[in-house]
Amino acid sequence: MKNIKNNIKIKGKSGLPQTVSTPSRYRNPIGKYVVGRNSKCISCGLCAKLCPYGVHPRYENFSQPIRPLDYRCIGPKCEANEYFCVKNCPQHALSVKLNPIMETLGDYRWPAEMILAHWYMAETGNLPQVDLEYNLGFSGGGFDKIRFKSPDPKDYLNIPDEEIDTSILLNKRHDGRPERVLSLPCYGGGMSFGSMALPVLVGRARAAKRLNSLTCTGEGGYPKEFEPYSDNFITQVATGLFGVREETILFAPVVEFKYAQGAKPGLGGHLLGDKVTPEVAKIRETVEGSSLFSPFPFHSVYSVEDHKKHIDWIKEINPQALISVKVSTPTDADMVAVGAYYAGAHIIHFDGSYGGTGAAPDIAKKNIAMPIDYAIPKVHRFLINEGVRDELCFIASGGIRNAMDVAKAIAMGANGAVIGTADMIAMECVRCTHCSSGRGCARSIATTDKELGYEISEEWAEQRLVNMYMAWRKQWCELLRQYGMRSIKELVGRSDLLVHLDYLDEVERQKYQPAPKKKLIL
Amino acid sequence: MPKKYHIHTKKADPRFPPVGKYATVEFRENCAGSCRLCVKKRCIYNVHKDNFLQWSNMTEPEYLYICKSCYRCVQECTKGIFSMAINPEYLTLGDDYWTPGIISYNWAQAHTGMVPVSGAGYRGPFAGEGFDSIWADMSEIVRPTRDGIHGREYINTTVELSRRPMRLEFKQDMSLAGELPAILEIPLPVTFQEPKFGVLSESVLLAMAEAAHEIGTLLFMGPEKYSDAVSKYSQSIVPCLTKANFQHHAKIISQSQMVELVYEPGIEQEFAKLRKIKPGLFIAVGIPLDTKAAELTVMLAKSDIDTIHLYGSDNGWEINTDNPRYLKDMIREVHLKLVENKIRTKVNLVFGGGIAMAEHIPKSLICGADAVAIDLPLLIALECRLCYRCKNGKSCPAKLEAVEPKWGSQRIVNLIGSWHNQLLEVMGASGIREARRMRGEVGRSMWFDDLEKECFAPLFGTRKVTGIG
Repeated sequence: MKNIKNNIKIKGKSGLPQTVSTPSRYRNPIGKYVVGRNSKCISCGLCAKLCPYGVHPRYENFSQPIRPLDYRCIGPKCEANEYFCVKNCPQHALSVKLNPIMETLGDYRWPAEMILAHWYMAETGNLPQVDLEYNLGFSGGGFDKIRFKSPDPKDYLNIPDEEIDTSILLNKRHDGRPERVLSLPCYGGGMSFGSMALPVLVGRARAAKRLNSLTCTGEGGYPKEFEPYSDNFITQVATGLFGVREETILFAPVVEFKYAQGAKPGLGGHLLGDKVTPEVAKIRETVEGSSLFSPFPFHSVYSVEDHKKHIDWIKEINPQALISVKVSTPTDADMVAVGAYYAGAHIIHFDGSYGGTGAAPDIAKKNIAMPIDYAIPKVHRFLINEGVRDELCFIASGGIRNAMDVAKAIAMGANGAVIGTADMIAMECVRCTHCSSGRGCARSIATTDKELGYEISEEWAEQRLVNMYMAWRKQWCELLRQYGMRSIKELVGRSDLLVHLDYLDEVERQKYQPAPKKKLIL
Repeated sequence: MPKKYHIHTKKADPRFPPVGKYATVEFRENCAGSCRLCVKKRCIYNVHKDNFLQWSNMTEPEYLYICKSCYRCVQECTKGIFSMAINPEYLTLGDDYWTPGIISYNWAQAHTGMVPVSGAGYRGPFAGEGFDSIWADMSEIVRPTRDGIHGREYINTTVELSRRPMRLEFKQDMSLAGELPAILEIPLPVTFQEPKFGVLSESVLLAMAEAAHEIGTLLFMGPEKYSDAVSKYSQSIVPCLTKANFQHHAKIISQSQMVELVYEPGIEQEFAKLRKIKPGLFIAVGIPLDTKAAELTVMLAKSDIDTIHLYGSDNGWEINTDNPRYLKDMIREVHLKLVENKIRTKVNLVFGGGIAMAEHIPKSLICGADAVAIDLPLLIALECRLCYRCKNGKSCPAKLEAVEPKWGSQRIVNLIGSWHNQLLEVMGASGIREARRMRGEVGRSMWFDDLEKECFAPLFGTRKVTGIG
């Protein structure tokens, strides 16, 4: 940890935050391949000399064999290389095979390879060298079936990443309020103090500051640790109004009304009693150990007019704040978007049904509201037809997992995306789903436990996030270059660049990467 | 306002360690020995402590029933001797439809009675066949229910199983002409149906009958299984009789509120005879959910019956055909056929077969059912593993024959209590506070095919793949 603290550099030459190697917190990182070293090893050190990926660590004053860092191994495909350790080992002491643990990790939306790849990105700031599929999951629909068309090589724009603009504008209304620009086409989703460990939340804020982005309080109030980063914190006003105070509205560059959340649409927020510690209870002005269920919906809102009153209230308190309206994806999502526009919102944020959460009934996560993949084109088209598309910043979230999902969402019509789960993955979440109760997350991310909740340092969390987003940026830059675009804004609504595998005939479909398929045991 | 209906759940521990999903693999030959950082001592779920006790007793030592797959032991062991695998025994549970996930999920609900709540987002496929191609709609801002889920407003899940008059007739003085038929209500749109297989011992059936009584619903059951103990709950049991045998069960009929007759041509002529045995008897007819089900339902609906009980396959498919359709499509067909014939409101439709999870209840209602009948989940609540050994006359690994009826009844009550609360979650989110209003209310749902056409077709053209793809 100390290492990271000393090494963090805020900005590189390009003005972008610098990536710094930020290894796993755990002694044994999980990799796709397992490198075995048996007792025949004589510790000659040849493998350490040969491997360019650093799989075989060796220290000058220590000649004993050390367990391989097999998560860096590129696997059997290395066989073609002269430096393949297994082939070169004079004692035949080495072996490489697929890690059987891959069968147990991940799920249809976040398969094992996608998780491992994001761990790698968060560690290095680079895209993985190992053959990991990090753009597609096994869900068999939506983003996992959508592909970018093969670009015309003539369009390729040979410019460096630094010259490519990945920024988005949040205020398009020209109403005299700040025209806030974020450097990336995504920002952090709401996570409350109570659902998450405090250092994780502060780490996210620090990363948001370095990335010139935003993060969000969620419905958990505003601990004093957030205050140094207030310019990067969205204050969320949700139905329970936990921790909403005049000063936290005044702090905020953006105030987000959370009407609904994709993982539990139609239901209020859940924070189970185990996680309501004295500190959480104090900030939320509730009782320690008592489960908190926010009401649904806002009991003061029955119409667009009521909704406007809410927005006017915030605008009156903070004349500099932008207003975001976060809703889920009902069948009339398009009408809701227009309602939010006429009520005066700057940002309409749709959270689709497959979004993340700290706690939600499983029946709600799977079965209520539509996936964001459907809502984006529906809302985008309707806003165009209503003639208001250019005045609203349309943000999508809920199941947007990786850089290419963000790019697809933008091409389908969103201006940008809100990210939550990928941030957790960057901090080594394994999606075991046990964040809701007991001591909370065993991985020290979604917990308020007095021991577990402080195992992650703010600096480590910050740098892991910066690294991951810088790796994502590389993907966006390459995509834009291929289409001859200089700015990600040019990609908005370019659904003509997309194909869906199920809408292609057999011959056409062969030209694209097939949707990964695997039957998983859930 | 009627008294709030609530199912009282109470923890009912499993008799056997449930078959867990994960197994840790430990290469003990490389263990450092008395390592002070031993991950087994530091597991936050105390998995290794509990497993050690099992190991020392030599009872099923290898599998860890409460492992939450956090991977900390794998990643923190100083010697790296841990790995994780899927428990092979877990993979043997159930089949393609009744997956290990569904079985263990229902076990947990029967154990605790609590609604499953977890963190992180949905982990499954984008969409699937059958009910997995439907999403319930939710009401964003303007909606009629206000926090029904947490009891701040009442959501009524009562449905009727009694017939309704097609129209009311009045006398000159505007008083009702004639008597209205009696009403048979159940407090939730769930009935029980005796499974087609399984260890159906007296204690198992008693557990089912007791649970039906406790919850206030009905159990459809064959008359040959009636015993003195079971007969105590005859008000909660619907005996399933035939044209040939009902005359021999006059005693059972006279004890029952409702009787079901298995369909056969000319069955309508028996209804009067049944009511002669017990005046005011509610009558259901059981029919197979096959290609003729819709037409038969229309025909039966015109007769003097209350409920039509349609039996699908155990896995929720149409029966007696080489090209079966899924339960959701069958419910739509039968429901719409009655609507088309302007007779839907007269009778009630109960669909059985393949109802495996709480979400299948609201989705069945949305498709057009009045209620569902559950069968195999009743066995699963009693720790059945759906290993199908009993079908071959072999012994039951969960020793269902030895179930203590009180415990079994509580397990079933817990399962249905959890399902009922989940029904409330969906109804509340959808802005519906009457289960009866949910029947056929497709407007409160979104379907895969429709969303593809509405949202993706304008972008990508015509869909070339049939089904979910």
